[in-house]
Amino acid sequence: MATGFDSRVVEYDVRTDEMLVNMGPQHPSTHGVLRLVLRTDGEIVSEVTPHIGYLHRCAEKIGENLTPRQWIPYTDRMDYLAGMNMNLGWSLAVEKLMGLQLPDKARHLRVIIAELGRIASHLVGMGAYGLDLGTFSPFLYAFREREKILDLFEEVCGARLTYSYITPGGATADLPPGWIGRCEAFLNELVPIISDYHNLLTSNAIFIKRTCGIGVLSAEMAIDYGCSGPVLRGSGVDYDLRRDGEERYTEMYDGYSFEVIAERDGHYPKDHQYPKVPQDAVLGDCWHRFYVRMLEVMQAIDLLRQGFDRYSAATGDWGTPIKLTQKLPKGEAYLETEAPRGQMGFYLVSDGSSIPWRVRARSSSFCNLSVTHEICRGVPIADVPAIVGSLDIVMGEIDR
Amino acid sequence: MRLNVILFFGKHPGAKRIVAEFINSLLSLSSDHALGYVVASLIHCVLLLHVIAVGALVFIWMERKVSGRIQDRLGPTRVGGRFGWLQTLADGLKLITKEDLMPGAADPLLFRLAPYLSFAASFTAFLALPFADGWAAQVLNVGAFFVLAVLGLEVFGVILAGYGSGSKWSLFGGMREAAQVVSYEVPLGLCVLVPVTVCGTLNLVTIGNMQAGLFTNWLIFQNPFMPIVFLAFFTCAMASVNRAPFDLAEAESELVAGFHTEYSGLRWSIFFMAEYGSMFVVSALAAILFFGAWHGPLPVFASISASPYLMHIANLAGCTNFILKTVIGVTVMIWIRWTLPRLRIDQVITMCWKYCVPIAAFCLVGTVAWEVTGLPWIGDMTPNRNPMGSVREHWAQDDPVASTSHSVVIAEGRRND
Repeated sequence: MATGFDSRVVEYDVRTDEMLVNMGPQHPSTHGVLRLVLRTDGEIVSEVTPHIGYLHRCAEKIGENLTPRQWIPYTDRMDYLAGMNMNLGWSLAVEKLMGLQLPDKARHLRVIIAELGRIASHLVGMGAYGLDLGTFSPFLYAFREREKILDLFEEVCGARLTYSYITPGGATADLPPGWIGRCEAFLNELVPIISDYHNLLTSNAIFIKRTCGIGVLSAEMAIDYGCSGPVLRGSGVDYDLRRDGEERYTEMYDGYSFEVIAERDGHYPKDHQYPKVPQDAVLGDCWHRFYVRMLEVMQAIDLLRQGFDRYSAATGDWGTPIKLTQKLPKGEAYLETEAPRGQMGFYLVSDGSSIPWRVRARSSSFCNLSVTHEICRGVPIADVPAIVGSLDIVMGEIDR
Repeated sequence: MRLNVILFFGKHPGAKRIVAEFINSLLSLSSDHALGYVVASLIHCVLLLHVIAVGALVFIWMERKVSGRIQDRLGPTRVGGRFGWLQTLADGLKLITKEDLMPGAADPLLFRLAPYLSFAASFTAFLALPFADGWAAQVLNVGAFFVLAVLGLEVFGVILAGYGSGSKWSLFGGMREAAQVVSYEVPLGLCVLVPVTVCGTLNLVTIGNMQAGLFTNWLIFQNPFMPIVFLAFFTCAMASVNRAPFDLAEAESELVAGFHTEYSGLRWSIFFMAEYGSMFVVSALAAILFFGAWHGPLPVFASISASPYLMHIANLAGCTNFILKTVIGVTVMIWIRWTLPRLRIDQVITMCWKYCVPIAAFCLVGTVAWEVTGLPWIGDMTPNRNPMGSVREHWAQDDPVASTSHSVVIAEGRRND
């Protein structure tokens, strides 16, 4: 101590320890039961390790003991914020195995329902992201609008969260009379409200400060990790299964005109109507991921409006759901659809009985979450919820 | 150089002295007997405790109701009638009956001490706060300084809570609070210095009295720098009392609940009361320093404010005025909280040192220059300024009046010196 001790150097012997902190599974901003182990040095996070499995319900194994129609309610509970889209993904996979073709009306009905589900899901994603950044009100505004969508869904199938509406072979029922008109009225209400959301979040100075340049995910890394959906498109990768997917899925959107929401040559499609991309924003950061979601809401509204006319003019009925104990042809089928959170794939292998021999799901949130340790390295603690929130994960889908 | 600091009591000796003399006369003691003053002080403390408790009651109700309205909800509607007036009371009852929990890793003494330390700091600031002309528990000639200094002590409670809880999240919260509040003391002090420079006194009662008359006499209209200073002051005040978007110490999306993660029940509610008390204090300070204190926009009660008995009515009206202004300030804070996202800690500190401090310093220099050159502004354009209101404390040097009397009221125009 006597030698080498310089009293002028106060911090001579001060060493800051690294600290392991558990963020979750009980934490306000881990979107359910995600557990992140943070290795922190003061406010700076040097390592993030996601731990999953707290919501594991063996859904896939259950699927190997149920017929495809019986398993529909389990798909609802995967991405519980977009139950309709999960139903659709599974139904299409089963239809692919069975080689079913649907009447035109059922096709347009599915487009309408899927896009409405996308709006509902993105509204929650937007609101919850505001919550992650510490603003509470947009969350409730988003829920106010989502409530109206749930009302519409309730009219359609009687359920508000776990719909089990779209089934292999079509849907369980037709849209009720007058529903299209009510849905159109809702969309007309929603469009002006979206500019409020932009004011509160997208173009809010503090929001921009908190999201621009944070958690930058390069296009290469996004592709390497198998990211999909708005996370992938937020990194500037022009890829949307509704356009680039399998024939079985893209034929559903035949005749619909839409542009994939991804930045091309420095601008988004139709971005002149929306807040300008801030100067600080870097392609692939939290702001871009959020923005892609916001634009996809507008895109979905567009698709819905196209769908209404087509649905009304379409011939045929809403399809005939397959029988509960319908024998499946021997073989296997895998189909990915563009769910709100990304590419949701369902895989089933049949041995010729009515119960699939194997059922698997490929979750988009799972792959999206896997980039956290890369993009959360070296950020302040406050940015961890901001980054994880921008991935918009749903634990029900990750753990299944 | 002899600097004679003279205690200024306002236009009358101050409510406490009146009460003390009354008590002494009841007990047939000499009018300046200590007993009367002690009893009067206790009465003031109990009254102020009610201000902070009832204030918290109302503000928490208001926070829920206002946030409800902002968010398209109804807010509380059941407890205590249609508007849920008694919701906070019901909550308080619930909190009191909750189990007294303390984490095993906590430091028992510090954990228990922290909320009361916070509350004490917040409460002490009330002592120097004048609710009307002379209506203060203690009229201090360094009132503005006292309020700021004592309010700054609140951070101790938060740091102790963060450290004593034995939780990592609490520690993060406590450390953030320390960094933030210590930083924001600087621009906050600078902002307060501007109206103080204009008035030439730190005495909150005097500052209030100088703004009597039409609303154009309010200090915010004193010179063009004042509105800017006010905005800077309000920002810093929100940061120093930990309100959103600066509520980093309890950032619920990051730190669970920050420094009060491990608190529940009564101790937690004490923290809550301290927070709302501090909000009241900084809003009150803003009202005094910028918005005419207890004076309304029109001098309705000016004619009776000098009369020995009717002045109490004027004071009552002034008190209402003052509380109204404060409540407006608190409402704005609530409004901001439910609108804006939260900043990051480095951005909060950057905002303090790179924006608030330079702006406040610039305005201070600008104000001094403006006052010295005597340029006119809105406040000087109204012909019917009430000269009685423009009271200036005498920081007398070689002033025969000042050296003979210890309670000097000198009526003069603000720029007549």
